[in-house]
Amino acid sequence: MDKLLFGALPYVLLAVGIVGAIYRYNSNRFTWSTQSSQFLENRTLFFGSFPWHYGIITILLAHFVGFLIPSSVLAWNSVPVRLYIFEASGLALGFLALFGLLALIYRRLTNSRAKAVTTGWDALLLIVLLIQVVTGLMNAMLYRWGSNWYAASAAPWMWSVIKLNPEVEYVASLPLFTKVHIFNAMLIVCLIPFTRLVHLFVINIYKYLVRPYQVVRWYSRDPKTENVVQYK
Amino acid sequence: MDIRAQLSMSFNLDKCIGCHTCSVSCKNVWTSRQGAEYMWWNNVETKPGAGYPLTWEDQERYRGGWEVVDGTLRLKLIKDNKLRTLASIFFQPNLPTIDDYYEPFTYDYQNLFNAPAGDDQPVARPKSLITGEFMEKIVLGPNWDDDFGGSPLYATNDPNLKNLSDSQKECLTKFHKLFYFYVPRICNHCLNPACVAACPSGAIYKRGEDGIVLIDQKTCRAWRFCISACPYKKPFYNWATGKSEKCIFCYPRTETGQANACGHACTGRIRTVGALFYDAERIEETAKLSDDKLVEGLRSIVLDPSDPKVIEAARNAGIEDNWIAAAQRSPAYNLFKKWRLSLPSHPEFRTLAMNFYVPPLSPILHQVKADKGGLFDPETDGFFTELENMRVPVKYLANLFTAGNESLVVESLKKQMAVRMWARMKRVGDISESEVKNALSQSGLTAQDAEDIYRLNTIATFKERFVIPETHRESKTTIDPRSMYEKRGTIGFGFKTKEVIGRQW
Ligand code: HEM
Ligand code: SF4
Ligand code: SF4
Repeated sequence: MDKLLFGALPYVLLAVGIVGAIYRYNSNRFTWSTQSSQFLENRTLFFGSFPWHYGIITILLAHFVGFLIPSSVLAWNSVPVRLYIFEASGLALGFLALFGLLALIYRRLTNSRAKAVTTGWDALLLIVLLIQVVTGLMNAMLYRWGSNWYAASAAPWMWSVIKLNPEVEYVASLPLFTKVHIFNAMLIVCLIPFTRLVHLFVINIYKYLVRPYQVVRWYSRDPKTENVVQYK
Repeated sequence: MDIRAQLSMSFNLDKCIGCHTCSVSCKNVWTSRQGAEYMWWNNVETKPGAGYPLTWEDQERYRGGWEVVDGTLRLKLIKDNKLRTLASIFFQPNLPTIDDYYEPFTYDYQNLFNAPAGDDQPVARPKSLITGEFMEKIVLGPNWDDDFGGSPLYATNDPNLKNLSDSQKECLTKFHKLFYFYVPRICNHCLNPACVAACPSGAIYKRGEDGIVLIDQKTCRAWRFCISACPYKKPFYNWATGKSEKCIFCYPRTETGQANACGHACTGRIRTVGALFYDAERIEETAKLSDDKLVEGLRSIVLDPSDPKVIEAARNAGIEDNWIAAAQRSPAYNLFKKWRLSLPSHPEFRTLAMNFYVPPLSPILHQVKADKGGLFDPETDGFFTELENMRVPVKYLANLFTAGNESLVVESLKKQMAVRMWARMKRVGDISESEVKNALSQSGLTAQDAEDIYRLNTIATFKERFVIPETHRESKTTIDPRSMYEKRGTIGFGFKTKEVIGRQW
């Protein structure tokens, strides 16, 4: 069972997610959107979107750092005070995200306009994300110092998956909540091409920070060289 | 000099009858789709009035446009700090919501046919086009405050009424003094567009060839900063597709030399379209000018297309001869720069709007004349000394069109009146020639100018009102002319994939 869930299925899920996202980007870019619904409802959204995004983005970044450089996380955590600060802020951000997510779900359940623009995929995504956040918080609270054992078990497992040599032992001994958390994470990646999660890829934003304010395009000139021109 | 071309529409407000034919044409052609029902790329609002969306001119609330702080030009919305964009991307405090426009609705017409027999007449109840639910009551709709409907609720909130004395505000409330006019609005296709500057995706762009501002539907990610940043509130959010949309200046029509749908349909013939040449190098310095100098600054970066130096520069910049010829006959140039009749809408927003309005004349208020039945005799009553008694206060027009500079409004009004006197002398002959000469020279027009202005505003043919040069897109490098030929008469513009209406997934 573990072999299937953490040895084989990851490849299926990740492949669907990545290939699917590339396919959707190339074939149907028109649908690549956050599908913002602030225009229809903006009171509850404030209490949902802000905490949710600030919470989840920081936590995701922390996961990413732990995945890329697990040894430095372990080194940071070797001093207890730093470990406490790290874990406590992680927990706080997790609750922030949970609060936001619950507000988002509440909004989609109760506001008739938000409901009108909610598709099945939207609902599925919110449920999957809720499972993810709840299991994440359970991990943090039930099994102490997750940032340590994450770096020592989940991160090496992820690396082993990437190296096409999945070492299921790393995760096989983890508690159930953690297994659900890990599996669900791959499910989320798999959902990217089917849901609004495509909005995670915001490469254009980085361009925005360095580009001049004004954008001019000339259809009579070579788009590659002269599309973006500053006015001044 | 970096010379570029721009298509520009002019609106003669003196002739607008508020019939909304323009709005309906635009809607029929471009926005009769799910998610776009509430959009009026062209709308006509009654002024004084709250407008569409409600109080769009109130930048304390929406923070649209630019401001000059310590000599730098910065977007009001983010105070020149792009990190603010990232911080507020998840939720935008200044975004208008559907309630500021109106919830689109239809009626349950089926009930008129299918209702079971009963004691009462069946009615068609309003139904929301978003949720499909019945609506208790329609609280806002297109042109809700048209012709002063609900003016105590709406028109009194018009931001342009600021700095007006109570007696001036009587044009809103006092029965004998009441007066309003209509302002049709489309996207201004600005030279310094705030919508473009605010877009984190770089999806909005100004076209180099004709100045039309477009939203790339495949790059837009619904960050919706354009909507907040545009002070005219002319980008709209399509709630179904999750993309912003705006007036496209009917580019598929103008590229082939046809008139814009709204302009073509205009029954009052208030609209003219023509090309302008401008100096792109001076955009920033112009946008930084102090409020009272903005209109003059805008007039000075619009270049004279008959000046040999300008013609040469235009040729060097790759502007084709048919554009130069069109610019020389451009009604936009004549109205804005040559005759100095038309004015931009709210220049203080500093986006350098490129559509222009001829401010409306309104009757002179005079107690004695009102007693006589309100007739105004231009010769004896001395229009030129009584402008301050106009029903629509000059101050109000100045707030709308010149960032408060009253002399520019007065100049335009005097010119319009002089042309009327000239025309009356010609047609009716009850005004003496010396009087007309006097009026013309006082307002800075020649008899030839008067003749031309009169012609453009009355009997001008379609070709004189819409001087739109073709762009010959088919010969441009980025499009394969063979595919243009193949597609002729088939799927037309838009995506090559299946038609996209509403949300796809
Ligand atoms: C990379 C940076 C991100 C940006 C700029 C961003 C931006 C946005 C925006 C603008 C919206 C639309 C909100 C509205 O309705 O107006 C949104 C919605 C949403 N985002 Fe993000 N987001 C980011 C990252 C994430 C991440 C990491 C997740 C979770 C894995 C996420 C999950 C969601 C969800 C579930 C919604 C839908 C909320 C609803 O129910 O309305 N986002 N995001
Ligand atoms: S009017 Fe608004 S939408 Fe149009 S170009 Fe100007 S800033 Fe952009
Ligand atoms: S120019 Fe075309 S798209 Fe723009 S408002 Fe007029 S009809 Fe609509």
